[in-house]
Amino acid sequence: MAFSTAERRRAEQIAGRYPQSRSATLPLLHMVQDRDGWVTPQGIEDVAEFLGLTPALVLGTCSFYTMFKTAPVGRLVVSVCTNIACLVNGGPELYEHLRREYAASDDVFVEEVECLAACDLAPVLQVNYEFHGPLTGETAVALVERYRAGELKARTISGATRGADD
Amino acid sequence: MAVETPMVTKFLRERPDDSWQYETARAYNNAYTRIEKAFAMGSEAIVQEVQKSGLRGKGGAGFGAGQKWSFLPKDVFPRYLCVNGDEGEPATFKDHMIVERDPHQLVEGVIITAFAIQANHAFIYLRGEFGLGAERLQAAIDDAYAHGFLGTNIGGSGFDLELILHRGAGCYIAGDETGLLSSLEGERAMPRIKPPFPAAQGLYAAPTVVNNVETISTIPHIIQHGGEWYAAMGVNKSTGTRVFSVSGHVERPGNYEVELGITFRDLIEGLAGGVRGGKEMKFFIPGGASSPWLLPEHLDSPLDMDYAGAELRTMLGSGAITVFDETTDPLLVSWRLAKFYAHESCGKCTPCREGSSWIEKVLYRMLNGQGRPEDLDLLLSFGNNIVPGLNAPFAQTTICALGPSVMSHVVSLDRWFRDEIVERLERDAARRTSLQIVSVS
Repeated sequence: MAFSTAERRRAEQIAGRYPQSRSATLPLLHMVQDRDGWVTPQGIEDVAEFLGLTPALVLGTCSFYTMFKTAPVGRLVVSVCTNIACLVNGGPELYEHLRREYAASDDVFVEEVECLAACDLAPVLQVNYEFHGPLTGETAVALVERYRAGELKARTISGATRGADD
Repeated sequence: MAVETPMVTKFLRERPDDSWQYETARAYNNAYTRIEKAFAMGSEAIVQEVQKSGLRGKGGAGFGAGQKWSFLPKDVFPRYLCVNGDEGEPATFKDHMIVERDPHQLVEGVIITAFAIQANHAFIYLRGEFGLGAERLQAAIDDAYAHGFLGTNIGGSGFDLELILHRGAGCYIAGDETGLLSSLEGERAMPRIKPPFPAAQGLYAAPTVVNNVETISTIPHIIQHGGEWYAAMGVNKSTGTRVFSVSGHVERPGNYEVELGITFRDLIEGLAGGVRGGKEMKFFIPGGASSPWLLPEHLDSPLDMDYAGAELRTMLGSGAITVFDETTDPLLVSWRLAKFYAHESCGKCTPCREGSSWIEKVLYRMLNGQGRPEDLDLLLSFGNNIVPGLNAPFAQTTICALGPSVMSHVVSLDRWFRDEIVERLERDAARRTSLQIVSVS
């Protein structure tokens, strides 16, 4: 499949800013993840082909980072922090509540994450990398539902502003 | 009564609704006005001024910023400046605030620093999860380009600078300076052995300076007011101010910028309102998850980086203070931190890769009533393979500081809560034995 003309232009713009093109690996992975909803094998191949690397090298980099999802995750990624400041403020309970609520959901993916650097909002979570807190199980579900209904505009699956670059 | 001394955080507090916007920053925060002065001073004079200020890195290690710059080998080009905005140290949230709410101050600091170290390429490595931060910082960079503060021949000085915002993708170890460089080169963020230090061979094996967001945000103020002005604040060799992130069981969690040298008590009880709900404090973590814990009896110690290291055998680290009240189970906090390090260990060095996950497993059974009386010593014996001697300042068998960090909380359990934990383990073991006897008979 490889990149479309528009994608190639965008990729050239991104890679062109770096003294060495391999540095564009992370931004390009964000780009193909936003295109496909997760980092597909095709996405890995596209990035590899564009940068002149092997798919194995690109996948090796990709699999190191938690924001790159190598399996489908749905439309909304809900990241709940359970690290120390959230731990003592109800983070684990919040995570458990949301995990059960959306266990069968196709479009909401709930994950437990490490400290999100917003401990003054503990317990804190992100919906597609937008911060929200402090929350309870009920207020969190209400929040996710507003995203689901389109009342709140979600960022891309990589946390970028819709339509903006990288 | 403790007071804040806002410098880096002054403007974002004054204009909470629009501090990140170019027009506001220009009109009310002297944004980009220090560049001209810096260019007139010349590179060497800036490095000297920053050395005179005593400014130390605010990311964790506390190394002299001007000193770091002076290590660049003469006449080797190109050089690179990388700003570390990967903020992942649990309970630290200051760079997040600075990037989201005062990005122009950071960009101005980058321009001055790049000029000082004669780098024509600068990168801001921003934690991938900062969606809004990336948006605002990119807008700030675009504004700076549009107004001629970035690009070629800045302000007619002949100095060129390209500034690239590089978003990470979720990983703690990219916050280590060499891990950051690996990640920026498009690889797994694995730290590299030092030497060579980044100043000699960093990004693309070229001389590189890596500084924290807060450190770089301080530079415009030092240029504006002078190194001596900055050095007059603070205490001993901990000059100036620092932004402390206070969280956990406190009344008013948040970021507080204070002059170094005030006490933990001033900060935790004075500014953050003390332990909430009228409870007593059990312990606190003084400098991010990687720092050994302290007790209420240490509250009157000064916020002095060297005092913390030499006298308290801990560190001010990333400036993150987490407070735990009397109801907290220290084993629970310790296990959660162990889980964090086991997850974030990059896997390059065996002692850390294996040690971190074994420590997590043993703490898990201790926490859940399955511990053995000798488990605390077992943990320490694992730790001795990562941190020989188990004493701060930590020696280490690993390339980066994540290894010793794995042991900070375990050492703290042993130092402050040994009796309590051993008694609990013996009780659990006795309970299991009696259960076995019952079930057999």
